[in-house]
Amino acid sequence: MSADLAEPPPPNAGPGAGPSVGPSAGPGAGPGGGLPGADLAEPPPPNAGPGAGPGGGLPGPAAAHAGAVRPGVPSGLASAARVFEHRAYQYRRAFRGSLFGSFVNPALFLMAMGLGLGGIVNARSPGAFSGVTYLQFLAPGLLAGSAMQQAIFESTFPVMYGLVWRRIFHAMYATPIGPQAIAVGTLAWIAFRLALVAAVFTIVAALFGALKSPLALLGIPAAVITGLAFAGGMGAFMATQRTPDKFSAIFRWVITPLFLFSGTFFPISSLPAALQPIAWLSPLWHGVELTRGATLGTLLDDPILTLIHVAVLIGLAVGGGALFVRNVRRKLAA
Amino acid sequence: MSAAAEPRIAPSPGPGPGPGPGPGPGHGAAGPGAGPRANAGGGRSVPRAWHLIERNLFVYRRTWTIIVSGFFEPLFYLVGIGYGLGRLVGDVTGPGGTPIPYAAFVAPALLATGAMNGAIAESTFNFFFKLNYNRTFQSILATPLAVRDIAIGELGWALTRGGLYAIGFMAVIAVMGLVSSPLAILAIPAALLLGFAAGAVGMAATSFMRSPQDFDLINVFTLPLFLFSATFYPIETYPEAVRTIVTWTPLYQGVALIRGLTVGVVGPEMLVHVAYLVVMGSIGLWITARRLDRVLLK
Repeated sequence: MSADLAEPPPPNAGPGAGPSVGPSAGPGAGPGGGLPGADLAEPPPPNAGPGAGPGGGLPGPAAAHAGAVRPGVPSGLASAARVFEHRAYQYRRAFRGSLFGSFVNPALFLMAMGLGLGGIVNARSPGAFSGVTYLQFLAPGLLAGSAMQQAIFESTFPVMYGLVWRRIFHAMYATPIGPQAIAVGTLAWIAFRLALVAAVFTIVAALFGALKSPLALLGIPAAVITGLAFAGGMGAFMATQRTPDKFSAIFRWVITPLFLFSGTFFPISSLPAALQPIAWLSPLWHGVELTRGATLGTLLDDPILTLIHVAVLIGLAVGGGALFVRNVRRKLAA
Repeated sequence: MSAAAEPRIAPSPGPGPGPGPGPGPGHGAAGPGAGPRANAGGGRSVPRAWHLIERNLFVYRRTWTIIVSGFFEPLFYLVGIGYGLGRLVGDVTGPGGTPIPYAAFVAPALLATGAMNGAIAESTFNFFFKLNYNRTFQSILATPLAVRDIAIGELGWALTRGGLYAIGFMAVIAVMGLVSSPLAILAIPAALLLGFAAGAVGMAATSFMRSPQDFDLINVFTLPLFLFSATFYPIETYPEAVRTIVTWTPLYQGVALIRGLTVGVVGPEMLVHVAYLVVMGSIGLWITARRLDRVLLK
């Protein structure tokens, strides 16, 4: 297939543009390939770009480290900040469009599903959501679910650009920035994007009257760690790949089922009893429960359970992040 | 339209910046004056376009799981929304005003949405990269295939894929008992027609796009269509004014057509839906062919 892809990469299809091709926020997934990226059989061109090809002016690791002993070598944290800054500069270009999307998409979803379908659900099953309307039930589910989707996108194509298509990570590695800083800086950027999207979502949800408690502000960090619980692992996996081919399979077989069956659109008590314990295995379910606890103000009703959700998500985020660091290091050192 | 003389020769060396909007007689694109071989080539457009479908099959042979997985995605939605959420919804008003189970209401909408989204994914995102970055089409033009063959072939490929999904999905929902009429078999060509209309318009739109960021615009259209076309709840939910607007959107036309067929409530308005989609697809295809002439033969 790469025979199809002999042309230089698009001038402006850098990571800033790549991920924004997907749903910029909000669950954009429709059935049958609602996500353009998910159907991508012929991806944006790979590393044939000027200066990015093998031998195209990339110093090898040895060269990188020969230059590493220089005055003013930044600390690990400062290096990660540089990586973050790099993404921030790229994002400036896509900023307006993506912010618009992160505002409009949740508004459309809340309108159609929360109000339109919700009207019918509320009339037919008034007691199904323990005293809240379907809109109030749905909003935190969508918030956590779209944080997951956003995190998956942000840890897929940017990693491909970094390690394969344009080798931006290799270029960073040729400076005093190390693999750990590259991975951590990338994850920090993802966290920042998630926070931005979640904040916009929270504002929209508030306008719809979908939030019940001032604790809803905690829904923003809850959505961020939900996303991060997926970002590290996904980034770690993509760091081992030469093409994004497996991405669509992961999206369809893992992400979409998680999105639909983790208590996002309906309580898992609607599932057959035998399936309900499986929800515990879904990281998204923990994220949805946590986010919902925040927006409904029930976070402190069962503090132990809340702590379990937090622990699961943070554990996954840290574990996935560590794997991501390891795989980026291996790939760059190879 | 006759696919006409070799496109390689067509962009005659003289006029520099390419065709003006209207009369590009030298382009073999259109018109009776397209040259002596016009008639000879014209009839073969469809068989030649087949080569493009074959090419795409080869491209996907290593990533066929993408195609297979595309079949399961609507099923996940059907189980999650149709049954999971459906337990809380109960029956809703179907075509003709009869109440039907929520899953039977949502299933045809998912078939329609899948047909539309599948065709759009193929005809926008993949088409764009082949057109602009991979230069796939430029390479193809170095063969006896003409611009029109590309347009027809790409659309044919998108429909082949969409048709496979439609057949699979129909088989599953029939087994699940969500189909209440033998007319439902017609839902497969209906889904193809919707895919044709959406794919043709998607290709036409893509031919105007300059950067991948323009794809955000596609979501601006497809997401509201997906959510508001009487897909998840009956159109009667809307106030009268909104209802009229929704009635005129393409996905609603497709959903109404397909739902009418799977539920078995058909009437003369079905012909309106069909005509709407035929006209929409034809316009899209016509624009695409003209645009490709300009973009590829410059």
